[in-house]
Amino acid sequence: MSVLRDIKEIITGLAITFGHIFRKPVTVQYPEEQRPMPARFRGSIVLTRDPDGQERCVACYLCSGACPVDCISMAAAEGENGRRYAAWFRINFSRCILCGLCAEACPTLAIQMSPEMFHCKREIMDMVWEKEDLLIDGTGKDPNYNFYRHAGIGVVNPRGENPGEDPPVDVRTLLP
Amino acid sequence: MTWNYVDIALMLVKILLVFFIILTLAAYLVLAERRILAWIQDRIGPNRVGPFGLLQPLADVIKMLTKEDLIPASSDRLLFSLAPAMAAIPAILTFSVVPMGAPLHIMGHEVSLQVTDLDVAVLFFLALSSIAVYGVALGGWASNSKYALLGSIRGLSQLISYELSMGLSLVPVVMLAKSLRMTDIVNAQASMPFIVYQPLAFLIFLVSIFAECKRIPFDLPEAEGELVAGFHTEYSGMRFGLFFVGEYINIIALGALASVFFLGGWRGPLLPPIVWFFIKVAVFSFLFIWVRGTLPRLRYDQLMHLGWKFLTPLALINILATGWWLALR
Repeated sequence: MSVLRDIKEIITGLAITFGHIFRKPVTVQYPEEQRPMPARFRGSIVLTRDPDGQERCVACYLCSGACPVDCISMAAAEGENGRRYAAWFRINFSRCILCGLCAEACPTLAIQMSPEMFHCKREIMDMVWEKEDLLIDGTGKDPNYNFYRHAGIGVVNPRGENPGEDPPVDVRTLLP
Repeated sequence: MTWNYVDIALMLVKILLVFFIILTLAAYLVLAERRILAWIQDRIGPNRVGPFGLLQPLADVIKMLTKEDLIPASSDRLLFSLAPAMAAIPAILTFSVVPMGAPLHIMGHEVSLQVTDLDVAVLFFLALSSIAVYGVALGGWASNSKYALLGSIRGLSQLISYELSMGLSLVPVVMLAKSLRMTDIVNAQASMPFIVYQPLAFLIFLVSIFAECKRIPFDLPEAEGELVAGFHTEYSGMRFGLFFVGEYINIIALGALASVFFLGGWRGPLLPPIVWFFIKVAVFSFLFIWVRGTLPRLRYDQLMHLGWKFLTPLALINILATGWWLALR
């Protein structure tokens, strides 16, 4: 009897859908509930600090050179102790394509991609982030790295006192 | 029968009350459908407007009313604007013969919870459900669009086929109750609802009202996968809203009639009659939504096959068997 079989199939289907009524919905109600992003997700860009709490950025312009959409701009300045820093640093997130090339180019691990998601803005100028907006208090992905402890220029320690560094040699003493 | 002002006033109050109740119910049925369908599909559904999304119908009405009212240039303007009303009014009118509860006694007047107790209520209902087809047919034709025309042709032939089995499945009910009057049908089920005697007629009636409401699995007139939106493709704004709300009023009306014909109407133990009536209507409305979340759409030839070669002969056999049983009893 194909009719009885059809009725049985319909009742089976109805039972399945009835069971689904009481299941937990899979919906994520976005603005209120946000799924945590994977740790290596390329979200918004941050400027990190070294373990001593100083800015890591040395304003070398490599990120802005690597940026395919030219959204990073800055001006370099130098402190009294010879430490370079960015006088201002600006990322135009309305242009940024979150490609991560700036973070790859950075020699001091200052600029990093965070898993933080962007939010929409009504004003396009709100998408332009200044250095104060970009700087975070933490060290980001490499917590022990401090560029000036490896670079051999006496900003953090006097020359020759950093790990893996020999004291500078007076070249005149080598003369014949 | 003499009429006095109290009777007229009571009648007016009843009419307004019925209007208010069914329009509110229809609006909330739309919300219920969206929520329940969402639950079936493991979603949440509209929950933003008001608590639990309870103000969503209001937001929908505001949206419908403020939309542009578009009339296609090549359409028949008169029929185009008339058709939505022709779809909605018969659905609302059907409610005038539905008994919603046991008669009340107010100020020495016996008030039946029914707008009018027609002698030929069953025929009145069948006639109205035939008239409702005009809204679909003329709406599709007046739109002057291929999709709408195809939808309305489908609607026309589908409704004619299923009207037959629906009418025939009601004949055993009338035979058992020996009356076409709704109150008599409800009273005849005082000891036992007719679904016990007539399970087959109930099933045929159920399938037919699904087709009559143009609901999945019989939603061929508005099959969105094939015909864009079927007969109301060209409609927008509140004209579309009228078609839409008419469909939901139809669901409530046919659910109410199914409970009157087969489940004993407002009769039930413990709870007050009117509560029983609305529980039964709610059960039928839920069934409509549940089936929509479950079944796929039939193909057109399957639909015709089911109607003409299966349901109609089955209903005829059922009538013969019922007659035989009544004669031998």
